[in-house]
Amino acid sequence: MALIENAPKITGGGPALEAPRSKRSPRSTKTNFELYAWLFMRLSGILLVVLVIGHLIIQLIIDGGVTRIGFAFVAGRWANPFWMTWDLVMLWLAELHGVNGLRTIINDYAERDQTRFWLKVLLYTSALIVLFTGTLVIFTFDPNIGQ
Amino acid sequence: MPAGTLYRGREGMWSWVAHRVTGVLIFFFLFAHVIDTALVRVSPEAYDETIEIYKNPIVSVMEYGLVAAILFHALNGLRIVAVDFWEKGPRYQKQMFWIVMGIWVVLMAGAAYPILNHAFREVFGS
Ligand code: HEM
Ligand code: HEM
Repeated sequence: MALIENAPKITGGGPALEAPRSKRSPRSTKTNFELYAWLFMRLSGILLVVLVIGHLIIQLIIDGGVTRIGFAFVAGRWANPFWMTWDLVMLWLAELHGVNGLRTIINDYAERDQTRFWLKVLLYTSALIVLFTGTLVIFTFDPNIGQ
Repeated sequence: MPAGTLYRGREGMWSWVAHRVTGVLIFFFLFAHVIDTALVRVSPEAYDETIEIYKNPIVSVMEYGLVAAILFHALNGLRIVAVDFWEKGPRYQKQMFWIVMGIWVVLMAGAAYPILNHAFREVFGS
């Protein structure tokens, strides 16, 4: 906040720029949450370039691509802790990055408090489902489930 | 678009719109994808039957579209990081946008055959 208050007023030269007539006064934030969220989007993004594009190369390009995917293929991959870790980190980073992105988008477009609230309830519920299911599946995978 | 916007179009704004649209698209795909992967906990048959959908020729074209969205979002995301953290970033944001588009076109051309050839064979025989 201090940064914004100390910023020079844009008045010199041309017509002065009016302050935005926003109805919503900025909530006084006592934490740096938005700063960390902003930083997280950038750091997770850089890691996701490697994780997601690597994943796509493996799943769609190498060795016949999508045609070879099946239960046996996944069993082979999740026999290796390296790929389990890869998938787990990718799951958490992609989901948190996506949730934070959608939170921003909801804040931008949903103007009524009620709408915002319910869209966010939906968003966070879906995130809990995805993170819980995805994590559980990696840790409880059983290659012999068919027998 | 919110009323009274100061945006004036051009590369800076269109890349922002495209970044948003692709981000939302990937997010929805991820939801479906974690659910389909979870079928490995139901039975090998349930998983294999569902994964067959991914091998359908029309779905393969959609996968190529998903790759297009991710490559754009990833490359443009790196451009955003450069604009924010590199001192000369804001000055070169427009040039970087066209570099992103150039790399995107090259990668998409390179990905076309590996991703689509099996669909092509299935539709046209051989
Ligand atoms: C059409 C393209 C894709 C195909 C064919 C595909 C295929 C697969 C397969 C076969 C698995 C099982 C485990 C493994 O082999 O690693 C998997 C897991 C996973 N994929 Fe993908 N994938 C695709 C795109 C993506 C994208 C774009 C993302 C991220 C945004 C993603 C994120 C994940 C995650 C997080 C897991 C772990 C799921 C879990 O924890 O249960 N995938 N994928
Ligand atoms: C592949 C590597 C990726 C990179 C480099 C990347 C980078 C970024 C960056 C830098 C932002 C801007 C954040 C801001 O303006 O504060 C962003 C926004 C966003 N990203 Fe990603 N991202 C990647 C993957 C993903 C994935 C896998 C998803 C979906 C699960 C996703 C969904 C979003 C969404 C929804 C936004 C918000 C867009 C907006 O506010 O306009 N991104 N991304």
